[in-house]
Amino acid sequence: MNIVFEKRLSRSRRAAVLVPIISFILALLFGSLILLAFGVNPLEAYRVMAVGSLGSQYALTETLVKAIPLMLTGLSVSIAFRMLFWNIGAEGQLAMGGIAATYVALFLSDSLPGALTIPTMVLLGMLAGAIWGLIPALLKAFIGVNEILTTLMMNYIAILMVEYLYLGPWRDPDGYGFPGTAPFPPEAILPRLVGRVHLGIIFAIIAAFIVWFVLSRSRWGYEIRVIGENQRAARYTGINIGKNILLVMLLSGGLAGLAGMAEVSGIARRLYQGLTVGYGYTAIIVAWMANLNPWAVLFVGFFMAALLVGGDQIQIALQTPAAVALVLQGAILFFVLGGWIFVNYRIRLLRPSEPAAADELS
Amino acid sequence: MTEALIVSILIITIRAGTSLLYATLGEIYTERVGILNLGVEGIMMMGAATAFAVSYHSGSAWIGLLGAVLVGGLLALIHAFLSNTMRADQVVSGLALTIFGTGLASFMGQRLGPGGTTMVGLQGPKFVRTPLPLLSDIPILGPSFFNQDVLTYGLYLLLPLLWFFLYRTQPGLHLRAVGEKPLAADAMGVPVIRTRYIYTIFGGMLMGVAGAHLSLGYLQGWADNITGGRGWIAIALVIFATWDPLRAVIGAMLFGGINAIQFRMQAAGTTIPAPFLNMMPYIFTIVVLVIITWWEAISKRLGAPAALGLPYAREEKH
Repeated sequence: MNIVFEKRLSRSRRAAVLVPIISFILALLFGSLILLAFGVNPLEAYRVMAVGSLGSQYALTETLVKAIPLMLTGLSVSIAFRMLFWNIGAEGQLAMGGIAATYVALFLSDSLPGALTIPTMVLLGMLAGAIWGLIPALLKAFIGVNEILTTLMMNYIAILMVEYLYLGPWRDPDGYGFPGTAPFPPEAILPRLVGRVHLGIIFAIIAAFIVWFVLSRSRWGYEIRVIGENQRAARYTGINIGKNILLVMLLSGGLAGLAGMAEVSGIARRLYQGLTVGYGYTAIIVAWMANLNPWAVLFVGFFMAALLVGGDQIQIALQTPAAVALVLQGAILFFVLGGWIFVNYRIRLLRPSEPAAADELS
Repeated sequence: MTEALIVSILIITIRAGTSLLYATLGEIYTERVGILNLGVEGIMMMGAATAFAVSYHSGSAWIGLLGAVLVGGLLALIHAFLSNTMRADQVVSGLALTIFGTGLASFMGQRLGPGGTTMVGLQGPKFVRTPLPLLSDIPILGPSFFNQDVLTYGLYLLLPLLWFFLYRTQPGLHLRAVGEKPLAADAMGVPVIRTRYIYTIFGGMLMGVAGAHLSLGYLQGWADNITGGRGWIAIALVIFATWDPLRAVIGAMLFGGINAIQFRMQAAGTTIPAPFLNMMPYIFTIVVLVIITWWEAISKRLGAPAALGLPYAREEKH
């Protein structure tokens, strides 16, 4: 007997839905082994995480608060991943969006009519993220420089830039040494809807619609998908790959920049160290679990946010490091990746005499 | 420049370059069999945390090093399984490894100190610099190259071995064949999947050593985010080195040198703000990548192994 993977004629939709769900369950089991190894009762830890992130109205709103940046950065990377441009730089693009929005709030809001402050912050925040994303895109399109590495290096540079600003020239002179800028004036603060949930949630829904429309309903989206599926074929049909890289990264960076704007304006209401806590990296998991589908990104983003909030909760309640959330995220991704083969392949047990049918199928 | 200044810069250059070079060599061997492992940062982080925790509790830096090697190999095994057996996307699998490793290492850092407390700020066993007799008496080169810790000396031995194995032995030829033309290697009777497993795990072990050198040699202690992007710089160095172990030395020395300059400028009381100094390695990485990619394009040289990042399935033709 021999186990072989046979390529399916078409992707299994059932498997595409089941794999992330089963992966999540397996990741929880895997995570409980790690928790046990550190002397933490996994049932208690998971209970605290679930109640703390979903079990009350307060918990739900806090989860939504964290979901906003995850949804926006998740959308940001998923449109880039769709054309197999590996934008690992959402974290840095988010940081630059935060810097630009802070600049407007601190230095331009006096000279702007109050009603224009937020729109200007949105615009400049998106622009800053887009420009930060454009740099690796230009290097890729014209010279062919590996975008995984450049987008990543740009993250470190952007985060240090934030640090320079809030510790240096933008530091609050009345902050008693608190490392951060002065608080924003009222007109530069995003209105809140319920709890700490701010207008950014609407931004995320609009963004999902735009990404969905671009990918599924526009000629541009068609080109993006062709490039992602077969770059050589795309070139033969006359699609300008370089131009698409630049355009996609403008949109991708812009969405991540918007996430940064929403974070500083809606939550922190100032620029400080807590802006970059890894949303741009979790976004990669969000996008991948959502199978790069923009509506699914909203759903998975919420779900990953619950994991993060749950992680904070067990830190408070059980003194268990919040990094558990990261461990679980990584584990979920492992299982999703491992399980994805069942979407494209099916398992067959072969007797030695029986020929594999894969050749005819593929 | 005085001799003392040159020596002090060289010492830091080599110390900082050591862990980078271990990681780069690990990634070179991994990519040479056609597996792209972007989990270097996570493996190094776990290597550093494991090495420190194990050596702290066992009292021996050597046992800590062993722990880091095992953990590095184990994490690379996950990547090998996902990319070989489950034919998963290697980019995403590597990123998952980095997220997982960073998270677990941070978790360990907060829990594995005495009585379940933090490891930050603890002093543990370390690999101290020991001058080699005779060799360390050579002017300038002696006190810089031959007054290092045992892991650096290990590198002096390992480097020619790894080069020789890759280019001058039959297993080395098989290794390269698997990364370039897996179908042909398979036809030659080289077990493609098994070879990929072996060298991916071996590469992970070297990345584990790279992490151990951070927490036991170069930085001597545990801190959150101790690797600070060194794993990613190592991946850039593989491209810089054009997948050649000996060329990787130049790259590691360059980046080690950047670290040394940072130190010197800070020590000399420069007016450049620290965040800008800390940006130097990352900006430099981008610049180096641009130059090397551009140069490779105009010289039309063969770069990456041809089958890099592609899963191998015998029944499917590539």
